[in-house]
Amino acid sequence: MPARNKGTQKKIVVAIGGNPNSGKTTIFNELTGSRQRVGNWGGVTVEKKEGIVEHRGYRIVFVDLPGTYSLTAYSLEEIIARNFIVNEKPDVVVDVIDAGNLERNLYLAVQLIEMGGKFVFVLNMADMAEKQGLLIHREKLATLLGGPVVFTIGHRGKGITELLDEVVKVYEGREKKSRHLHVAYGNELEEEVRKIQGRIRTDRELTARYSTRWLAVKLIEDDSEVKKTIEKESARSSAILTKGEESRKHLRNIFSEEPESLVADQRYGFISGLLQECISLNQMERVDSSQKIDRVLTNRLLGIPLLIFFIWLMFQITYRVGAYPMRWIEYFIELGEIGIKLLFPAGVLRSLLIDGIISGVGGVAVFLPNILLLFFLISLFEDTGYMARAAFVMDRVMHLIGLHGKSFISMIMGFGCNVPAIMGTRTLENEKDRILTILINPLMSCSARLPVYVLIAGAFFGRRAGNVIFSVYAVGVVLAILIGRLFRKTLFRGESEPFVMELPPYRIPTIKSVVIHMWERAFIFVKKMGTVILAGSIVIWFLSNFPIPRDVATVYSERVQSIEEIYRVRIDELKKSAAGYRAEKRALNEEKSSLIAQLQQERASEIISQSFIGRIGRFIEPVFRPLGFSWREGVALITGFVAKEVVVSTLGVLYNAGGEAQLGYSLRKSSSLTPLSAYAFLIFVLIYTPCLATVAAIRQETKSFKWTLFTILYEISLAWVLSFLIVKGGGLLLSLI
Amino acid sequence: MEMSSSGNHKLSFTLRDYREGQRGTIVDIRGEGRFKKRILEMGFIKGAEVYVEKYAPLRDPVEFIVKGYHVSLRRDEAEKIIMSEPR
Repeated sequence: MPARNKGTQKKIVVAIGGNPNSGKTTIFNELTGSRQRVGNWGGVTVEKKEGIVEHRGYRIVFVDLPGTYSLTAYSLEEIIARNFIVNEKPDVVVDVIDAGNLERNLYLAVQLIEMGGKFVFVLNMADMAEKQGLLIHREKLATLLGGPVVFTIGHRGKGITELLDEVVKVYEGREKKSRHLHVAYGNELEEEVRKIQGRIRTDRELTARYSTRWLAVKLIEDDSEVKKTIEKESARSSAILTKGEESRKHLRNIFSEEPESLVADQRYGFISGLLQECISLNQMERVDSSQKIDRVLTNRLLGIPLLIFFIWLMFQITYRVGAYPMRWIEYFIELGEIGIKLLFPAGVLRSLLIDGIISGVGGVAVFLPNILLLFFLISLFEDTGYMARAAFVMDRVMHLIGLHGKSFISMIMGFGCNVPAIMGTRTLENEKDRILTILINPLMSCSARLPVYVLIAGAFFGRRAGNVIFSVYAVGVVLAILIGRLFRKTLFRGESEPFVMELPPYRIPTIKSVVIHMWERAFIFVKKMGTVILAGSIVIWFLSNFPIPRDVATVYSERVQSIEEIYRVRIDELKKSAAGYRAEKRALNEEKSSLIAQLQQERASEIISQSFIGRIGRFIEPVFRPLGFSWREGVALITGFVAKEVVVSTLGVLYNAGGEAQLGYSLRKSSSLTPLSAYAFLIFVLIYTPCLATVAAIRQETKSFKWTLFTILYEISLAWVLSFLIVKGGGLLLSLI
Repeated sequence: MEMSSSGNHKLSFTLRDYREGQRGTIVDIRGEGRFKKRILEMGFIKGAEVYVEKYAPLRDPVEFIVKGYHVSLRRDEAEKIIMSEPR
């Protein structure tokens, strides 16, 4: 559209509400396509999506409200949804209703209606309802709800245009069905509502700002947010709130029941009546394909084995399929290195580019395909509905740890990479559950730590290395359970979140929606973690290469020169006419190359050792000595902060090792490590602070520095204490034998 | 729990007592706060009919059908829902 029309285009703001699993997000995606923006609601960890559509000369801004089952003040999502409607006063509110699940979905619809406003009701998944034999009289429903009803099949994009048309029609006031209605709560309740409304009306400002009926009903429900608002905004607050309490007491006396239940009863009563007028068939059980599938997937005997199988499959796909792009990225990186070596002379800049940036960022970039695949698979689990089944099957175990069944997939994913695992905790509705899962997630040993385990275990435990590594993983799991329970009892005490979880019908997700899901997360990963990792790599590079002791440079170049000189002389002395001249010359050259290579390794090691990081390492050494680690291990651990696999390469440089086998040998011979302290080292690597990318993910998902810092600190402390116990305790045991 | 003279016949049941395949009507709901509100909004109200679809492989939680859709509750949550005699 030409830019000058934008100014004359009228803007309509439309809020989209509905139950979770109602297909609301699919409809939002169908409406706004790529023109959407994802953010957060006012600094909390709830996702906010906005998108724009141009239709019939209007610029329609769709705001996707969090999915909720009702509009009480008990959860952040509900408060956000409510506040948006009450405070921002959108022009139109669209309620997406799962047509196959009308009764419960209408519970939310009814509460929306009570807030007043202009509505369009969307009956989504209309095809599923039809399959269940449900016949819905659209016009009657619209009349009884006070707003037009549109049938849609979200994942096929059907009904979207009609929805847009109705939104415009409602906005323009041309829709005859738009009426303001409310649920009749029965004589006694209505009487109390009237009384409270009377008190509210004495405050003109309050009355102008909110629907008095809505406020009154909420007071009867003892809604904490509404009470807070009234206290804050009304001069008559004490009179109003007192009346509210009186009404509640009165109702409790007459009915011997809590007013909230009374109100809920009445709402469902209204809904029942409404449905009887509008529906042709009433179904008790959903005897359909989902139920048949569940006979297998949540089967008493097969349920858990199948879950294990799917998880195994998830990892297989991630690593097998991911291996190909991984190789391409590795080639690409190698090409990049060659290119840079050609373009830049040896020196600081080249070192920064190759040893700093490419090495650091490249090391993590190589894992990118795996991470993307994990994002994709987790979206698939969610969108098909299988996630709920996994939670259903594993909840008993998770509950013992103090977690919700939904945490299971996230924890398992941590074995692949903690970053997507932590980002995957968004499916957890409860803040406490989410944070707790995030806090113990790093104890699930991610795949980047494996190279370290393989190296150390291989060097010190020979044939038993496999078992040792397995034990490390096991320790991680046991710790996660213990720490989880500990935190649950201490930090996250209080009313625990009810489990009550819907098992939605299985759905074949559209590729579009799964890819959009995956892309959103991948984008965040690349952008945020990418910058953090880049910065971290540069910092570590700097700390490892500076200050360059001048004498080292000179001493080594002198030694290289003298070696060159010695060998030149020896080669010259060879009789050119002698039989094995060529072979001897080659042998001498090879010897020379390997001596020079050795010198270069020594030089590199010397540089690191005298660099900032080396100094930091030596400074911290007293902390590591009780664990049996030397400053070299300390430095390696520090560099591991960027990415765990860097520990291996740092150890390689510090011990002048040419390759892994040689490193293993060097570790056994030259380091201060014993098998006992080597095991302690493994445990230390398992537990100590997670890598930069994970820390960034934690910060992002918890939206708090406090928890991020806490994770780092508790993990370092725990790592140290456990390693200490292993070394001292083990030492004690061994001395008794 | 009360016993009548004719033997082991309970006069009050909770949803926790129900076995797979049984159905009944909700008589009352105990509990308050978050749990109560959650249970209500999911359709567990007085007079509603509940059918027990399945117990999880580890015997907890339990899958129910109420108001035409599937919901799972932990057994200690189900205990708070007072039911009629199962049929």
